[in-house]
Parts: sequence; structure tokens; C-alpha cells
Amino acid sequence: MNPLFTESSVLQSRRSFLLNSGMGLGSAAFASLIPKAIGAMASGGESPFTAHHKPKAKRVIFLFMAGAPSQIDLFDYKPDLHKLYKTPLPESISKGQRVTAMTLGKEKLIVPSKFNFSQQGKSGLWMSELLPHLSTVADDLCLVHSFQTESINHDPGKTAFCTGSEIPGKPSMGAWLSYGLGTLNKNLPDYVVMPSARWSGKVNVQALYSRLWGSGFLPSKHQGSAFQSSGDPVLFLSNPKGVDASVRRRMLDSLDEMNRKHFSEIGDPEIETTISQQEMAFRMQTSVPELTDISDEPKEVLDMYGPDVHKPGSYARNCLLARRMAERDVRYVQLFHRGWDHHTRLPENLTGQCQDVDQPTAALLKDLKMRGLLDDTLVVFAGEFGRTVFGQGNIKPESYGRDHHPRCFSGWLAGGGVKGGMHFGKTDDFSYNVVEDPVHVRDLHATMLHLLGVDHERLSFPFQGLDQKLTGVERARVVKEIIA
Amino acid sequence: MSSHKKSSKIIVLIGAAMALLTGAAFCAGEEVSFNRDVRPILSNKCFACHGFDKHDRKGDLRLDQPDGKDGAYRTIKGITAIKPGSLKDSELWYRITTTDEDEVMPPPKSHKKTLSKSEQEIIKSWILAGAPYDNFWAFVPPAAPKLPVVKNQEWSEQPIDYFVLNRLEKKNLNPASEADKRTLIRRLSFDLTGLPPTLDEIKAFLADDKPEAYEALVDNLIARPQYGEHSARYWLDLVRFADTNGMHKDFYRNNVAYRDWVIRAFNENLGYDDFLRYQLAGDLMPKPTNDQLSASGFNRLHLIIDRGTALPEESRFKNVLDRVTAVGTAFMGLTIQCAQCHDHKYDPITQKDFFSLSAFFNNIDSDPETRGRERNGLQAPFVSFASPEQKAKLAEFDKQLAKLDGEVKTAKQAAGDEKDKEKKSALAKAAKSLQAKHTTLQKQRNSFDNTITKAMVMKERADIRPTFLMNRGQYDDPIMEVPRGTPGFLPTLKKKGKIASRLDLAEWFVEPENPLTARVQVNRIWQQFFGIGLVKTSEDFGAQGEVPSHPDLLDHLAVSFIKSGWDNKALVKQIVMSKVYQQSSLATPKHFNKDPNNRLLARGSRFRMDAEMIRDQILANSGQLSDTMFGKSVMPPQPDGLWASVTMTGQRFKPSTGDDIFRRSIYTFWKRAIPPPQMSIFNAPIRDSCISRRERTNTPAQALLLLNESEYLKAARTLAQHVLAKKTLTETERFRIIYETVTSKLPDAQEQETFSKLLADLIVSYRNDPAMADQLCEGLTMPNAEAKAQLASWTLITSTLYNLDITKTRE
Repeated sequence: MNPLFTESSVLQSRRSFLLNSGMGLGSAAFASLIPKAIGAMASGGESPFTAHHKPKAKRVIFLFMAGAPSQIDLFDYKPDLHKLYKTPLPESISKGQRVTAMTLGKEKLIVPSKFNFSQQGKSGLWMSELLPHLSTVADDLCLVHSFQTESINHDPGKTAFCTGSEIPGKPSMGAWLSYGLGTLNKNLPDYVVMPSARWSGKVNVQALYSRLWGSGFLPSKHQGSAFQSSGDPVLFLSNPKGVDASVRRRMLDSLDEMNRKHFSEIGDPEIETTISQQEMAFRMQTSVPELTDISDEPKEVLDMYGPDVHKPGSYARNCLLARRMAERDVRYVQLFHRGWDHHTRLPENLTGQCQDVDQPTAALLKDLKMRGLLDDTLVVFAGEFGRTVFGQGNIKPESYGRDHHPRCFSGWLAGGGVKGGMHFGKTDDFSYNVVEDPVHVRDLHATMLHLLGVDHERLSFPFQGLDQKLTGVERARVVKEIIA
Repeated sequence: MSSHKKSSKIIVLIGAAMALLTGAAFCAGEEVSFNRDVRPILSNKCFACHGFDKHDRKGDLRLDQPDGKDGAYRTIKGITAIKPGSLKDSELWYRITTTDEDEVMPPPKSHKKTLSKSEQEIIKSWILAGAPYDNFWAFVPPAAPKLPVVKNQEWSEQPIDYFVLNRLEKKNLNPASEADKRTLIRRLSFDLTGLPPTLDEIKAFLADDKPEAYEALVDNLIARPQYGEHSARYWLDLVRFADTNGMHKDFYRNNVAYRDWVIRAFNENLGYDDFLRYQLAGDLMPKPTNDQLSASGFNRLHLIIDRGTALPEESRFKNVLDRVTAVGTAFMGLTIQCAQCHDHKYDPITQKDFFSLSAFFNNIDSDPETRGRERNGLQAPFVSFASPEQKAKLAEFDKQLAKLDGEVKTAKQAAGDEKDKEKKSALAKAAKSLQAKHTTLQKQRNSFDNTITKAMVMKERADIRPTFLMNRGQYDDPIMEVPRGTPGFLPTLKKKGKIASRLDLAEWFVEPENPLTARVQVNRIWQQFFGIGLVKTSEDFGAQGEVPSHPDLLDHLAVSFIKSGWDNKALVKQIVMSKVYQQSSLATPKHFNKDPNNRLLARGSRFRMDAEMIRDQILANSGQLSDTMFGKSVMPPQPDGLWASVTMTGQRFKPSTGDDIFRRSIYTFWKRAIPPPQMSIFNAPIRDSCISRRERTNTPAQALLLLNESEYLKAARTLAQHVLAKKTLTETERFRIIYETVTSKLPDAQEQETFSKLLADLIVSYRNDPAMADQLCEGLTMPNAEAKAQLASWTLITSTLYNLDITKTRE
């Protein structure tokens, strides 16, 4: 018998329980501290994992394109712009628009995309020639053209996209889900983050901040685990040199014994938590390497993701790992791929970036689908904002840059209860303003939570006198139109 | 605020539903108090629509005050919200108890839960007793409370103990016995210095059976320089101290002078009034000292963006908000930032109040964004604290540079004028060499200048930048200009000149009638020593915060603190001298579960140490800890690739070397993009917002850190080497030394046996696998394989003790 999962371990999380008791999904958070089997056992009648409504998705893979890819060159097809090359953007379109310090006071001249678009799949979605692989799964994509945000700079933009607020200090979406829905896998973290170690875009790369996957005011056990591309994927996972698994096991046995003795003398159930966390750490020493070791993947699967899959830390490798995590029920996986901030030389840099992500992303969708996982895995692809129709830098038909644009941008969702093969939301002829069905970032958040069975109004945590929510205090809408 | 005066205490008995709540909340056998029991319910369930914020007020009803045309006692169209003494005539009672979905309050669309049975009971008792209102406790200046009468007169004569015992006796509980001396010295050492006691200190304390031994120990510890380092650490969380900008490219920001000042201020026991004055307005003091200027760097600790993409006006606005939010959290214990976009929903802070307060911080003579990578991490305004000698040396540099400059010019001129080709070339060469000399000297001057302490400071602009109330808190949507001012519900601000200054604001904070300043600070200090404040929400003393578990004790501490001249050390001493503090933390699981956070204080508190204490004690116990104080932040080793994984290409973490990797954790370089994992894994905050209390979780990541972190293992090896070097010791003696060093306790027979078996098994493992022992002994010269097997095994023994729950827990 494994002594770690006796019922007494339920007591372990008493502190968190008291913290959370009596509020919305808080009791689920209580359960999340307990291994799955115990959660089910302890819950008695009401399952602690009960969502607000029946979920369509069990888990999320968020492909975050940090730096903001150009919607005009990738997803938002505007064929008529060619006639307007280098003409000023009409005042009637740009009026009142905030621009960055880089564009302030400069003339705004229209630059059409130099890339060709064509209709793809049965659904006939318009896709850029930069995304040939993704085009093959067009019928699975729900392309949203009407994303909106307030932020015009990367740092606040990414923070808002990941945490619902531009102001640092709020929990990230993955942390909210870990807190609200609990864990699905007792041997792995609920929330894993994988930043790409390299990317092709050679201009303007911003830092990432651990607050993007932080737990804010939620207990820090809910923060994302950033997997490292070199060394231990999880910090301090490996036994140090000179300590093998049998020595570690032997040491833990004595450690358990002493801790248990102290528990009997001191009486604090927190000691039992320490014991069980040490055992969990030991189990992770097996479960994590098993997760990140891709040697059991058949060649045809590896080939599908492209040659980069053989390089640890590549976006392709991370996509493959994301699939392996989905199989193991990691609740929330977030990839960060940087290098999309193309103020200058956009065409060459964007081409490189698309080569990084196009094939692996398409492979991820196909791979999930083959395994029957796409149905309950929600995949989201987006950057923190879009880019302007007017050019920046030395504008030529073949070479131009684009500035930040929060008023409209494109991204897509797939799987997890979302309709495939559809466009949603419309922008004007300049991809400048949303003219139909705006989707604010908090609407996206509300929709994602909804698909996971969570009412965004009810997933809350009391902090600084408020029942804090991912979607904040402003109105957020579940975009029902895109739900299958 | 209401000034309705009636007795607010009613005796009532409530059932077992409240059994779980043993903290501040209402307990069986106690009286219903408006502030403690009723207001939190009204605030949480009702105030959002029936509170202070008139914009969102529904049904012409506010429940935060009894009187007035919208007040709780009002009658509109024959309907009275609350009729004191009558449930039947109180619409509120019907609304909170009905099951009719259209009528029940709070309404379903608010997503607030309806009142529980026990909450209803509280409201019922309150209405029946006449629905008396009280002024909100935290906004009334603290007055010295009378000492309560206690039955047990023997226990203690100290006021703290009276207040705690009084509540225990009401619940028929007794205080725990005094902790044993080993526990006491360990507890005191950690609480006062953040470090464990040495074996000699333990020995001396055990041997000293004089009655004053404990007090002597307190005095000794509180006078050590490590006291200031330890105390400062809590403050640095509160003011989000860090070493980088925290935005965009996350460049280095040099806040070192501020950190060092905080440490000195605690060690020199600077009064909390001056501590506050200097931080808010040190730059405005007459002839400010270096310390006062350094302290004003408080206003520069906010996140800041480097120029390039953001809009300067928006950046400036955000900086001001960040600054004023910090003032709200640190000095007021209020969430004033909630009033940025609208009037506060729960506390009487208007949006105008917020912007009036922000006006004090909107006049800094500084760029709103950094110029990329600022030299030496310093963004103007900053001051140099050059000593007279340093000044003289700089002047000498400048003199030489000026002279060289002249020589270069002359030489260039000569070269330009010369017609002869050969001579011209020679002269040009000479000019070039002079120029090179100049460049070298300039570099020398700069690197010398870099060694001189400089502090970023607050500085007023000559003409005051107007401040506007911004529509919905948007930086570019001004509605009307607002003067500098403080919230109306707090005492009046006295200004010395025509326009209130930051110094006036600082004085306003430390007026004895300011109801918040002292309470907020003494509560934080209490929290440091018991793991939780008397007010649990130490960052929020407003209506949505928790009410104090011991209101009279809080006021006693606040009043005595002010009376003592805001004497921090005296406050600390008062706390640690109390019998409450000296109680044993042993209890049964039942007791732990009944009062997990020890709100009743029926035992000593037991809680996991903070990340810094865990690391510092490992370094201290292995004899590696450096006692160097102050100066540039250092970078102890961390796993490779962490910075690279999030920062700009090319930014790499380079660990410090030598003694610097053994400095106390307060000197560890804090990169906001990715703080050191040894800290963040154990709940250290990112330091991008003000945190008044840390979360304490217990996670597998923490277990992995303590088991596998290479520096911690090296420390274990160092301690193992130390005991193995003592050739005459027996195995048992060695174990006793390590055990006592790590835990401050002695092992009993059972622990001795567990260890003995473990050691025997480890030695077999390492003898059988010498290569593994080699790996653990890497970098050491060892006589033979057996010595390596021994050291490897003892290293693991020590590491096992590092991983005990009692080692990382303050008991």
C-alpha cells in the first residue's frame, strides 16, 4: 500500500481550504491540491471537479505569437488595397487612433500585403501563401478577424492577453484554470509553459516575463511551470551528480520516517503535506522525463512536425511536447514564440517566422485529431495585437514594416468545441476597424472558460476587497456564434 | 460615515455553523459587533449596489449608513429598508431570506451567493437589537483601550497577554505552556535576525538559568546588524524593490542606495515616523542628508518602461498611479487604486480623492521613460554621495581631462596647420596618441565614478504640473483639474505653504490622529512574528478587509507605538517578550485543524520560513555565509538558461564568484522578468506589485529545490566535511553535531537509529559504486575511495536533515 494516499492527506490542504471555502469554484481548488483519486474519494456526493456547465473542452493549448504577427499578411485578406499602394490612410478610417511613439506625427501610407491569398479546404477560408501547411487544416480553423485590445505596446499587451489586465499582479489564465478546475494528472503540473529557444525573426525581440504565467494573488502552486529547453525541463528535477535513483529512494524513506515521527510529536498536518510533496517530487522525476523523451515517437510522426522537431527548444519540438502533454491531461499548455514584431523588413522576417510555426502547428492539429484528442482540446493561436495597414520604415512593394495595431487583429481557435472552417468577425477594407462582431480579449477569455465548463462571472477569488475575475469588471461576452 | 450612537454589542448565541471560523469572525458565546460581524456581510453582499459609490447605487438605498434620505432606516413608498427592532417591518430581512428569485438579495445576476443561515442569524440578531451602526473601526483614531479583566492573574502582567488571554478565557481555553529553551532560541534567532542560532549560542542560552536570560538574548539579537537585514526584507516586498525596470527590455535599475538605507534604518532604529517622512518626502527636508535622499528613492521603485514604443504621456500617468498605489498599500493599508476609474465601491474614497492624492506624486522632475540602458542603472534625478576625498579625486580627473583636451586641440590645430607632409604626419600621430590618452583617462574617471554611491531620488519640478481627474481613469481623458489633497473621511491635511507639499502629506500620515498609519504598521510587525496579522488582510484595512481578531490589542499596540516615538525595536521587543509569543507550538492535529492559522493564539505559531531564511540558514549552518553587508546586488548560481529563455537575445545570467555567492539573500539580484528560482519557488513575489504578505504553499517544486539544488548540496557537503575532519568523534557524536546544527535540537534514540541505518546503507551504496562517490566529491582532493564513500554518505545525511519539515519551519 502506498501510505501517501491515505485519507489523511485530505487534511493537508486545510490552509488552502479555509482560504477558499465558501466561494464559487473554490472548493474545486481544494480538491486540486489532492491527488485525483483522493479528490474523488473525499468528495462524497458532490464531485469537487464539477464545472459550472458541461464542458466541451478538457484542456487548452495556447500558441502565443509574441510580438504580434501581421493579420494583413496572414489572415485578413484585403485584395483591394493594391490599388491604394502608398496613398495616405483616409482620416475617416484612422480618426482618433492612438499610435505608438514610433509613428506619432508621421505620414500614414497604405501598404498592401505582398503575399498572395487563396481559398483553402472545403470551407474556402482565405489563407496566406505563407501558411501552406496550416492551409491543409483550414476546415478545422475558426478564424477570428475581429480581436480587439486596448494595449498598443507589447508589455501591457501580453500581460493583458495572458492575465486579463495590463496591470501586473493578476493571475494568468492557466493559473485560473488550475485553481478553478484542479488537476487532471497527479504526476505532472497542471499548467506548463514552453517558450521557444530560437526563432527566425531578427528584429525587435521583447523579453518575456514570468508574470505572463504567474499566479498573481492565487496560491503560487497554480503558477505555470516553465519547461526549460536545456538541462532539466522542470527546475531541479534531476538528482544531482553523485545521487542515483536508489540512493534518493533510500534517503526519502528515512526522511519520511523522521517527518512522520515529528508529525506525531508536533501535530501539525502541514508536515504530512511536506511528506506527500516530497513523494510527488520523486514521482515527477519519472513522469517528466517520460513526457519529454520523444524517442518512442515513430518517424512518420516526427516527419510531420518537420526537421526542427529534432532540436530541443524549437517551436516544432514544443508542439510535439504539447501533444504529449495533451495525452497526459496537462490542463493548460502555453507556447510562446517570439520574433513577430516587424516594424521593418516585414516580408523576410515574417516568412522566417511562418517557416518556424506553419508546419509544426498544422502537425499538432493533425496529430491531435488522429488521436481523437482535438475534440476536447482547445487550440488557440494569437498574438497580443495586430499590425497597421500603413507602412513603417523605407516602404517598397517588396519590403516594408508595420506598426502595432490594437483595434483589430486576427487569430484562430480549433478543436475543443469550436466550429471549424469559419471566418468570424469582419474588419473594414483597410483591416483597421472592426465592423462586425468585435471580440475583445476578455471576450476570448470568457469564451475559452465557457468551453471548459466555467462561467467567467463565477470563477472568482477574493483579493483586495474584490471578487477578482480573469475577465475583470468590464462586460465580457461568450462568443456563442463560434461554438459548435 | 455614520455617527449613530447606540450600543453595538448584543449578546447572542449562534449554532455550530460557525465552528470553522475561529479567527476574526463571530464565535459562539460572543457578542454581535457591527464592525466585526455585520459590516463584513453588508459590505460583501450589498455595498456594490447599496454603498458609497453613488453612480451604481440602486433603489435609493445605501446600507453603509443608517440615516439620511438614502440611509438604511429610510422609508420610501411605505417600504422601510431596516426598521430597528422589527424583522417584520424590515424589507431587508425579507429580501435576504426569501426564495423568490425576483426578490432575493443579492440578486442572482450579481453572481454573489445569498446569505448563509449563519449570516442571516447575525443580521437577525442585529436588527432585533436595534440595528445599531458604528463608525468603521479602522477610520477612527485608536485610543488606548482599558486592560480587560482576566481570571488567570498568574500567567502574565503584560498587556499583550491580557488581551489574548481575555479572548481565550471567553472561549474556555488556556494558553499553551512555554516552549522549551531550544525552541525559544531558534524561534528568536530566526524571527529577529533571519538566521539560526550557532551551537555555542544554544549552549550558552541553555546554561544561563538567570531569569533575565531570555531578555538578554532578545537584546543581544535585536542589536545585531543581521536584524536590520532581516527586517528590511519584509519592507522590500512591500515596496516592490527590485534590480530591474520590470518592463520591455527589463534593463538594470540601480536601487541599491535605497535598499542599503532601509537596512541601516532598521538597525539604527529610525523612528517609523521619520522612516515614513524620509521615504515620502526626504528630498523636501531642509538640507536633506544622504539618508533622507536615498529614502526618497521609494518613489522611484515603480516599474518603468524604456523609451521607444510607449507613449510618454501614458508612461508618466502609469508611473504616478504605480507610485500612489504603493503609498496606499504601504502606508494606508487601503486599496486606493480601486478609485482610479470610479468611486471606491466599499470604502469612502472618491475618484477625486484618488487623483488629489496622486497630485502629490505627479510633479517629479524626471523623464517618464528610461533612455534605454541607463549608465550604471541610474535614471535622473539621482545624486552622488562622493566623499570629500572622492570629490577631490574626481576634480583632479576633470582637471587633467581638461588639460588633455586643450593639448589635443592644440596638437590637432598644429597638425592641420603644418604644410610639410612628414611633419604633418608626425604631428597627427602625436594628436592621435593624446586623444587616446584622453579616452583612457575618461574611462578611468568613469569607472572610478561608478564606485561612488549614487541614489535615485525624488525631486520636484519648479512649476507644478497640473493634475486632472481622468474620466474612467484613462490617461488621455481629463475631466477637471484637482488640487493636492487627502481623502475627506480622514483627518484634515495641514499645509505649511499655499500649496500642500509631499512633506505636508508625510506629516499628515504621522499625526497621531491618523487612524491608519500606526495600526497598519504594528499589524505588519505582528504578522512577522505570528505568521498572520491581527488583521489578516494586512494590505487592506477597508470594509472588504478582515476585521481584527483582537481589536483592542491592535489599538493597544498602535497607541503604545505612537507614544514610544514610533519605536520599532521597542514594539518588536514588546511582542517577543510576551508570554503569548513564548508559547509552545506543539498541539494535536485536532487543535491545528480547529484553528489552522492560530488566530486565537492558544499556542505558539508554526509556519514555513520564507525563501531567504531557508537559503540563509543552509549557508549559515555550513559555515559559508558571508557577513559582508550592503552594496551592489549579487548573483548566486542558478540553473543555466533561465534568463536566456525569457530575455532579449544575448542577455545572459553570469553568476557571481567568490564570497559573493554566499551573501545573504537580501543582496541577491532581483530580475523582475524572472526572479531567482531559489526565491520564487518558495513564494517570494515577483516584486512587480506591492505585497504585504506572502503566500505560503507547500509544493513538489519546493521539494525538488531542497533535494537537488547544487549550492544547497554543496553546503551539505561542507558541513559533512567539517564533522568528518574531527577525527576523534564517534559516528553518534558526528550525527548529533549535524542534527543540532541544522535543527537546533538533539536527536533522540529513534532518530539516531533511523539515521544509523540510513548511513550504513548509504556507505554500502557508495562503496559499491565508487564512481558515484567520485561525482559527489568532485573538486575535492580526497585520500582514498573509502574517504569519498564516507563523505558522500555524510553529505546525503546532512541533505536529509535539510529536507526535514522542522528545518524549513519556524516553530
